[in-house]
This record gives sequence, C-alpha cells and structure tokens, in this order.
Amino acid sequence: MPKVKVDGVELEVPAGATVLQACELAGKEIPRFCYHERLSIAGNCRMCLVEVKPGPPKPQASCALPASEGQEIRTDSEMVKKAREGVMEFLLINHPLDCPICDQGGECDLQDQSVAYGRGGSRYHEHKRAVTEKYMGPLIKTTMTRCIHCTRCVRFSEEIAGVDEIGALYRGETMQISTYLEKAAKHELSANVIDLCPVGALTSKPYAFEARPWELKKTLSIDVSDAIGANIRLDSRGREVLRILPRVNDDVNEEWLADRGRFMVDGLTRRRLDRPWLRRDGKLVAATWAEAFAAVASINPGPSVAVVAGDLVDCETMFAAKSLASALGSSLLEGRQTGMAYTTSSLAAVAFNSTLAGIEDADAILIVGSQVRNEAPLLNPRLRKAVKRGAKVFVIGPVWDTTFPATFLGDDAVTLANLPAEVADAFGAANKPAIIIGGAGLAKGALEAGLGFAARFNLVRDGWNGFNVLHMAAARMGGLMLGYAQPGGLADLVAAKPKMVISLGADEVDWTKFADSMIVHIGHHGDKAAHAADVILPAAAFSEKDGTYVNTEGRVQFAERAVFAPGEAREDWTIMRALADAFGVNVGFDSFEQLRAAMIAAVPALGVEGLADYGALPTAPASADCTGTIAYPIADPYLTNAIGRASPTLQRCSSELLHGELQAEAAE
Amino acid sequence: MALADKDRIFTNLYGYQPWNLAAAQARGDWDNTKDLIARGRDAIIQEMKDSGLRGRGGAGFPTGMKWSFMPKESKDGRPSFLVINADESEPGSCKDREIIRHDPHKLIEGALVAGFAMGARAAYIYIRGEYIREAETLFAAVAEAYDAGLLGKNAAGSGYDFDVFVHRGAGAYICGEETAMIESLEGKKGQPRLKPPFPAGAGLYGCPTTVNNVESIAVAPTILRRGAAWFSSFGRENNKGTKLFQISGHVDKPCVVEEEMSIPFRELIEKHCGGIRGGWDNLLAVIPGGSSVPLVPAAEIMDAPMDFDGLRALGSGLGTAAIIVMDKSTDIVRAISRLSYFYKHESCGQCTPCREGTGWMWRVMERLRTGDADVEEIDMLFNVTKQVEGHTICALGDAAAWPIQGLIRHFRPEIERRIAARADVREAAE
Amino acid sequence: MADRHPEPDSPALRARWGSFAWTPENATKAKEIIARYPAGRQRSAVMPLLDLAQRQVGAEENTQGWLPLPVMEYVAAQLDMPIIRVLEVATFYTMYNIAPIGRFHVQVCGTTPCMLRGSDDILASCKAKGMKKGHTTADGLFTLTEVECMGNCSSAPMVQINDDNYEDLTAERIEHILDELAAGRQPKTGTQEPGRHTVEPVGGPTSLTAMVSENHDYRGEW
Repeated sequence: MPKVKVDGVELEVPAGATVLQACELAGKEIPRFCYHERLSIAGNCRMCLVEVKPGPPKPQASCALPASEGQEIRTDSEMVKKAREGVMEFLLINHPLDCPICDQGGECDLQDQSVAYGRGGSRYHEHKRAVTEKYMGPLIKTTMTRCIHCTRCVRFSEEIAGVDEIGALYRGETMQISTYLEKAAKHELSANVIDLCPVGALTSKPYAFEARPWELKKTLSIDVSDAIGANIRLDSRGREVLRILPRVNDDVNEEWLADRGRFMVDGLTRRRLDRPWLRRDGKLVAATWAEAFAAVASINPGPSVAVVAGDLVDCETMFAAKSLASALGSSLLEGRQTGMAYTTSSLAAVAFNSTLAGIEDADAILIVGSQVRNEAPLLNPRLRKAVKRGAKVFVIGPVWDTTFPATFLGDDAVTLANLPAEVADAFGAANKPAIIIGGAGLAKGALEAGLGFAARFNLVRDGWNGFNVLHMAAARMGGLMLGYAQPGGLADLVAAKPKMVISLGADEVDWTKFADSMIVHIGHHGDKAAHAADVILPAAAFSEKDGTYVNTEGRVQFAERAVFAPGEAREDWTIMRALADAFGVNVGFDSFEQLRAAMIAAVPALGVEGLADYGALPTAPASADCTGTIAYPIADPYLTNAIGRASPTLQRCSSELLHGELQAEAAE
Repeated sequence: MALADKDRIFTNLYGYQPWNLAAAQARGDWDNTKDLIARGRDAIIQEMKDSGLRGRGGAGFPTGMKWSFMPKESKDGRPSFLVINADESEPGSCKDREIIRHDPHKLIEGALVAGFAMGARAAYIYIRGEYIREAETLFAAVAEAYDAGLLGKNAAGSGYDFDVFVHRGAGAYICGEETAMIESLEGKKGQPRLKPPFPAGAGLYGCPTTVNNVESIAVAPTILRRGAAWFSSFGRENNKGTKLFQISGHVDKPCVVEEEMSIPFRELIEKHCGGIRGGWDNLLAVIPGGSSVPLVPAAEIMDAPMDFDGLRALGSGLGTAAIIVMDKSTDIVRAISRLSYFYKHESCGQCTPCREGTGWMWRVMERLRTGDADVEEIDMLFNVTKQVEGHTICALGDAAAWPIQGLIRHFRPEIERRIAARADVREAAE
Repeated sequence: MADRHPEPDSPALRARWGSFAWTPENATKAKEIIARYPAGRQRSAVMPLLDLAQRQVGAEENTQGWLPLPVMEYVAAQLDMPIIRVLEVATFYTMYNIAPIGRFHVQVCGTTPCMLRGSDDILASCKAKGMKKGHTTADGLFTLTEVECMGNCSSAPMVQINDDNYEDLTAERIEHILDELAAGRQPKTGTQEPGRHTVEPVGGPTSLTAMVSENHDYRGEW
C-alpha cells in the first residue's frame, strides 16, 4: 500500500495502482482518451500527463505509470496545464469542426475535454487531414476523419471480443483504423466499439441523426434478449425508445452489451399488436377490448386453463397469470416453450452457480451443449478471461468458433458420462472446476449426468460452486421460481387438453398441438403466437412496463418503464386483472403495488435485488440417461425473439452478416 | 594526439581485405575467445565498466552498466536475450554498415562475449531492411561461425551454448528505438512500448533483454583483449575510447574513420576529410551527431572536442558521431525542413504529439523555407516543438523537435529575412 | 506514404494470386526462417516471410516484387496470424510494396546528407528519363521513389535499385546506370567514384594504409 502525495494531499493507494488511479482516489479528474479500465493500457493519447517526482523533468503518462511509495504527483501545475493544452491542440488540428453534424455531439469526450482543458483557439493554418470512411457493416457508422487513433476499438476487438477484426494500418499521420478489406465487423459484441470510441469516428449506424443526447429520457432497464440480464439504459424521446446502451454492472455485463440486445430497439415500434384481435371464421379481425373480453368470457374454461410464458416476460406478468389460473383452479403453468422437461425440483441445479464474474476464476471448464456466443454473448468474454488465466476448456457439442483455445469432444451427449482421460485428468487436478450445461445439453439429459459430474469432481467446494446451467430466456429463472414448470414440460399441458391456453408472449411454442384449445395471446408483437391465437390481447413490451427479471445466475433485477405501450395495448398485469373480472374470479390485486406485494409474499426472493439463494446443490441421481446428438437451438442469433424478428436492423444483420447478402446503402 | 593504426579496432573498415572468418582470424578476431569467456561474467562486465565505454547508438549509456542490469540467473525459467541494434537509420549515420559488411566477425564474436556476460541464451541482430547486401554478408558470416563451432552448442569451446540469429527489418526508422525493435522482432508494427517495464525486466517475448548498438558490441572483444586501461587511455574523462566518425556533406572528402574520442572537430576534418569545401571560412553549420541533434554554428564547432560532453556543452550532442557538414551554399532552412519531413515520414503514429506534431512542424517549416509565413509563426513553431518534446512515448518526438529548435536558435535572422523578402514580393504584386 | 494503398481486392487479383504457394526452394527457406524464433513465437517470422513472398512474386513476374492480398493471406495462414495483423505490418514498413511495381525500383535517397551532396540532380535525372515519383514507367521498367536516409551518407548521393546501392552519384553516373539496366546489363555497384574503394576518403585512406595491400595483423604492434 504505497503512500503518495497528489497535489499536496497524502493518501494511501492499493498496491499495483497506477498514478492515474491514485489521482482519481484523491478526487482529481484526469482527462484521458485512450485509457479504459477494461482494456490494456496503450498510453498513446498522452492526455493524462501529470507531473511526478521523483522522475525525469517532463510530464508522465499517468495511466501507465505505477504508483510507488513517496511519489509526489501534481495534476494542477503549470507543466500539466501546458501538457494538456498541447495534447488537446494536437488532437484537434486534424479533427474536423463538424460537431453540428456529428452524432457524438453532446456526449463526446473530445468536445468535453477541449472545453475543459483546451486553449480555446487554433494556431493551425495548414490543410486538415481527410480520411476516407471505412465500411464496418450494418451497425457501425464510420467517419474516420474524426478518429483520434486512441486504438480502443482495436484493443476491444482483440482483447475482449477475441477476434482480430480491427487494426490500425499505415503509420504516422496516415495511420488509419480499418477492418480487413473493410469487411463488416461480425462479432456479436462488435457495437461496443461505438460506446468505446471517445469521438464521433464510430457511431451507431441505425441511430444516425436520430436524436441529441440532451433530448433523451434515460430509463434503467434489463436486457431481455438472453438470460444474462445485461443492465441497460433505454434512451427515449416521447413515446419511442430510440436507443439501448449498456450500463456498468461488474457482476453481470461489465459494461458491454450484445449487438442483439442493443439493436433490437427498432423492433419495439414495428409489427406491434396495438389493438385487440379476434379470430372469426378462421381470420383475425380487429376488435374492441370489450369484444375481446366477451369472447374470452364466453368460453369460461374454469380449471381447464393453461398458461405458457414466453421468453421475454417479467415476473409480475407471470405471477399475475399464475394468480388468474389459480383463481380458476388450474396450476398448469409452463415456460419451457420448446418442450424441455428437465427436473426443476432444485433451483440450485438449474442455475449458474459460479456466477458470471466467478466463472473467470475457473481453471477447468466443461461446456455441455451450448453455443455460448449465440446463447449468451456476454458470457464469452468471461470465458476468455478464464482461459487467459490458464483455464482449460472442453466442449461437448458441435464445433463452434470459440474465441479462445478449447477442445471439442464430439457432439454425443454420452461423452459426459464417458469422459476422455485428458478431461478427467484436467478436472481431477483443477482447483476451481466448472461445468456449464446449455439448453442443448438439458435437452439430452445432461442435468442429471452433470450432477454426477459435479459429484465426481467435487465441483462444490469451499467458496466455490462450479455447477452451472446456462439458460437462454430472460424469463426462465423467474418462471421456474414462480412454478412455470410441469414434470413433463409442455407435454403435460398438451395432454391436459385445456379449453383455453393463455400465451404470455409465447412465440416459440408449436401451437398446432393446442388446436382444440382457445388460444388467448397476451403479447406485444405480431409474431408466431399471434398467428395461432384466437384472441389477441395487446400488451406491453419490456420497455413499456416495470418488471422484475431473474437472470441465469438467479440474480433478481428490476427494470423500469421507459415509454407507454402503443395504441390500445395495455400493461400485462392490467389485462390479467380485467380477465379475472371477465371470468368472475378474484386475483387478489387491484394495483401493480398490490400485485408485487403478493408476488413477494409468495416468493420472497423476488423482492430483493441480487442473487437469490437456491440452497445446496442436490445429490446426483443414481443413474442418468444422458445420450444423443447435441444440436444447438439457435440458428439465427439475431432473430431469437419477437422483438428482434421485427427489427429491420437485426433483419439486416441476419441477411448480411449471416447469409452474406450485401444490401445497398440506401441513398448514400 | 593522433590515433595510431595499431590502436584502431576496425582494421578492415574500408573492406580492402575479405570479411570472411579466415581473414578475420588472421586480423585477430576469434582469438581464443574461450579464454575471454573463462574470465567469467562479473569480470567481463567489470572490465567493460572500467573501460568507460558508453553506448555507441546515440544515447551514450554506459555499456557495462547496462549489461549488469540483466538478471544474474533466471528465477522463473525465462531465458534472457541480447538484441543487437543494426537498424542504422539515423540520417548521417553509416558506421554499422561498414562493420557488418567488412568486419562482421567482430560483431559476432562480440555477441557471444556480451551474450555470455549478460547470461543471454541467444542474440538477435536486427539489421535494417535496406542493408540487403550487408545482411547477406552477415548471414554468411554467422553461418561460418556456426560451421567453425564458434556459435551454437559449446560456442568457441567455452562450454556456453549460444545462438545468433539475424532478423531483417523492412523500412522503419522507429525500429531503432529499443522497444520498437522488440515489437518488430515479435512480428508487429514497430511501435515503442511504454516504459516501465524496461527491457531488462521484460523485453523480447517478455524475457529480460538488453538492446545494444552494433559498434558497442563489436568493440567489446578488443576491449577485453587489450584491457580497460588501453581503451580508456583515449578520449577525455567520461568520454573514453575510440569511435567511428562518419562525415558527410560539404567536406572535400566525406568518409568513415575510426578516431580517438574527443578529437577536435577541426583536426578530424583536416586529417581525414581534406578540409571544408571552400575552406573554413565557408563553413556554415554542423549537425554533429546525426539528424536528431541540434545543429551547431561554424564558430562554435570548429575547435570543439567531438565527444558526448563537449557537444552537449554546445547545446547539441555526439549522438552516433554522424557529422553532417554544411557550407555557406546550404539552404539551411531546407536542410532542416528535409529532416522534419524525415521525422514526419518515420513517426509510427502511435502517440498524439508525434503523430500530429511532426506533420504540423514540417508543414510550417516548408512555409518558412519559402518565407510564406508570418514572423510570429517562428515563435509558434518553436512553441509547438516544445509541445512535442518530452510529451511522447519515445524519443522520436524529441528528435523531431531538436533540429528545428537548433535552427531557430541559431538562424532566426535568416528565417525572418525570407519572410520579409516574400512579403515584399507579395506587396509588389498587389 | 499517403499514396500507399494495397492493390484492391478483385476477382482478377484472386484469380492471379489466389493459389499462391511457396516454390519448393522457398518452402524450405520459410521453414528455416520460422526455426529462428522460439516455438510458439512464429509470428516473429512475419517480416522475413513477407519479404520472401515479395521476392517470389517478383521472380514470377520479373519485377522487384510486391504483395498481393492473397499472398499476405497465405503468409498469415502459415503463421496462424490474423490477417489484419499481417496487413498492419505490410502497411507499416515501407519496404513492402503493397501495389504492383516495375522491374527496377529506383529509390533515390533525398534526406539531408544526400541532399547536401546533390540528390536533387539525381532526382532530376530520373525525371528526365521519364520517371515520376510513385509511378512506374509505361514500359514497366522503372518505378521511382524518393526514400529516406539509406545509411550511405559518406558516399552520398546514392540510390538503391532493387538489392544494390549505387553511391557517389552524379547526374551522368545515374544516367549511365539507368541506361545499363535498361539495356539488360548489370552496372558496377557501390561507389561510382573512380579510384574509391568504399568509404575511405577519396584519393586513398588517411588511416589503416597497410590494409590496402595486405591483410595486416596489427597485434604485433600492440
């Protein structure tokens, strides 16, 4: 714990801290462009120069200099002021004065820091450099003349994403950032470079010229595009969410967001169910709410009702539907839309127990049936970090392009029971062994075999639980906590032949199996379930309601409403409340607060943000039937849910990045 | 005081005789190298320290001390490396080329001795890409040494295993900076690293590494053979030894010559270069240490001792002892502007002040050359050079700034004259 | 520099160079080169391999050689290196020709030491021969580049043409050299100053005179 003096104030800083961090601890703002906490230190922008004694009589890059005992650091001296002014001037001489037409305006580090640290005038009278734009795909818009060569994007793609997609070509003042042959950046986290870029060189292509940051209302929310539960911010203006940005949460998404979660935003305003619909003579026709409720009431199923929860719904919606079903006398609830029926008697056995941050410490990892980059893009950088620290990774399942060294053991699930010696040795020697079972593994019975694996290699030990299930649906863990699971899965619902099935945005169900039931779809997008529905009750998307989500770790998180649902669509719980009236039953709540209180009373863990306690991992069953060829469920990672499928941006990603169809740049 | 031929280290400097092993051995190279090594690491390093040898690559850091920074033994299994800087690219410098093409075995033997002294497992000689024929010679000489058992397992019968590899650059001045050289050796762009960590702690492949100039390494065997006292008998205190001087520009007979350190400029030029073109009165200025050091006006340099301290006292430096002589026919602003172009061309682009500053400085210099500027811009340019100097990752920024500072310091009237002349022309045209 | 751009990717480029592979001789050389670096550090070989590839391309089309993108990709694959990192290297170092080039690459040093000794005249002579900086003559024979200091300052001015240096040039001397090359003959390399051997003072060395005629061993005089 070295003691240093910053501007005359002595303080102790953690061992290994840099001078920049020491200054921040002392409450001093250190301007920077290239430095980023989550990337390697480049030291190239020179904006963070400070004066340090002892040392050479020139300013030092504080981002790269280790803090050491007895240092006297000055951030307020004439030398530092001049150095900052100088660097600012150099950065600006070849930077265009196009702030009025730059999307970064208002949230631009260069703009902010030039105001704070610059000289306020230019002495540069030569020609400014102009750099041609570089095509980087459908998501990233480039204006490379604005580039200040901080190389954050290069370091992100190499270090975090693990794909060397972006490089700095040429040298000196002609250095240019580009992808190889200006191919589109294809990585599933590629758009994070937009956030990282401190200037307007890399901006969001779909969001181009949409809004200025000061016009936007910022709402804290949770990403529903997978089961990671990335913390996001919804930026909205009026009734429209215009963009989605990641928030910092070191336990969940660090500060990254998958492209899918970021760019499905424009799906929120398209293909919306904004009025009730009724099926008449086989055709859906527009209806009023009164007509819709009358149609539903006319069936009045009594206990012959089932509820299927979709992947995007919040816990409150599921609890409200559960209350409704319960009031009617039914407990036929299921959320695993594709028919999976793994045991859910212990939630510890279906959670990501080592935690997302914790998996970085694992030193041996077996992935069973998960294409992580498609199913949980934000987990992959964590796995990379584990590998960088020396972890060995093995995968049972078809080969995919991991961005780290991994050994593929074939795609037969039976391998989990018959491990090659190499794998057994690695796990036998590991200090923090871990297994990650994906949906494709669960479908082949890997849960029980995985518990056997956990017992064999002692995956649960002091301070470590290496047993992990990786879900794909944002609603999954919340649904399991609320009882949305039948022993036989969806098949139990089919077998019960209910008079009515309520779909909570359940767009992945094979609805032909419920041909004899009345299908009441409460959802927000005209997607698959809407086509099968007899009654459509338009509801709110995640951005249009308050709600609780539980991620694959069992982490309870709250999302807030950013905008109101469009047209006649209503928040889901109000629909459930109204249905109760239509059926003449009592659900026990008249307000969202009452609903929430009832839910928390029923499942207290849902009332506390943070990791739910699921108890100890159950003992392994005596025998496990784990066999069959593993096949990953996600064919198109951009179009995994109804919002994404409605998003023109993600449709374009799918066609261009996955299927190689180049689309003409409209009017450019 | 004149250096006698018998005290010259690079006896085949001009290549009148073959470079090959047999000829080199006949001149005294590889003479019982085993015995040199048998003295042990500490004794060798001490001898080098005692000799007063300061690095010949420009910075003048004491060579023996540099070697002593290397770990005595590997604590974690990492090997150590010696990297020999043969990326001679500083305008004016042309000495390592002569060593490599005419006396390569001095370098290779020095590599073994130095490598042993610092506990290195191998040496990489990084030779600039444009030295194509020179690299061919070096590859062949290394092969000869291997064939003769002087390198490889039990090198020269010393019991020490040591490899020497040659690595060719491909056109980048910046790779002469030691950490850029290491990056380049690792197959990357030659962009200097941040220090710390210093190469002696984590250099090539993250292993302890020392980077030495060709001349520093090539003189080591002779110093060990003849003793520190012999070497330090030349030159002034703190500026010991013999040195290869490279004289270019406006002398009658430009040449490369080994002379005693601290030899007065006038004596050096008179003795070996046939004098200044047009006589001493015709001398305008001298860049005494390669393009990176500030120029020195004629009057100040004439009797100055050519060594580190003597030239530093004149606000310049010995650098690589690459002496660029300019007579009064020189367009001095253009001469410096051309150097500014060089630095702009060679900036690696990594850090802001150098990437942006070198281009700016050159563009202003070009306007000063033609007089298309305001007088105030002279001060502005000087200020810009100060904004670059000391603010960059490596010394290229300093090197780009100093020549301009030297010009403004000593030739400001000339610049102002051009601006005034140009203004007159402009006024006349209006 | 600013004009350097890789030859654009095109079906024609792919057709011509897509199947690039080492000649048996170069395959052996490539292996030798990679062996110079520690195991797992094969990326260190990228520079020498790019040079080797450029030379092979040159040999195939009788030019100084250059690096078509498919050839860079071939090197990247051999070294298990991301192609963008290879392109970074190829565009950073000036000796890699990233676009087609002529039979002879006339590289005139224009930095101050050569400038002081008359490199303007040398460039003028080249231009008089129809050359233009950054361009190849219509007959494909000469590509002219002004380069930075080549380290021949004591025998300036100089040009490097492909692998050889020509030093102590004058306008007549460079014209003669260019004429010889155009005629398919190999002119004398090195200094063009009559009577000068290498970098000794013109007219004979002022030191080490004993070395001129014999491989003198000075040790007897120590």
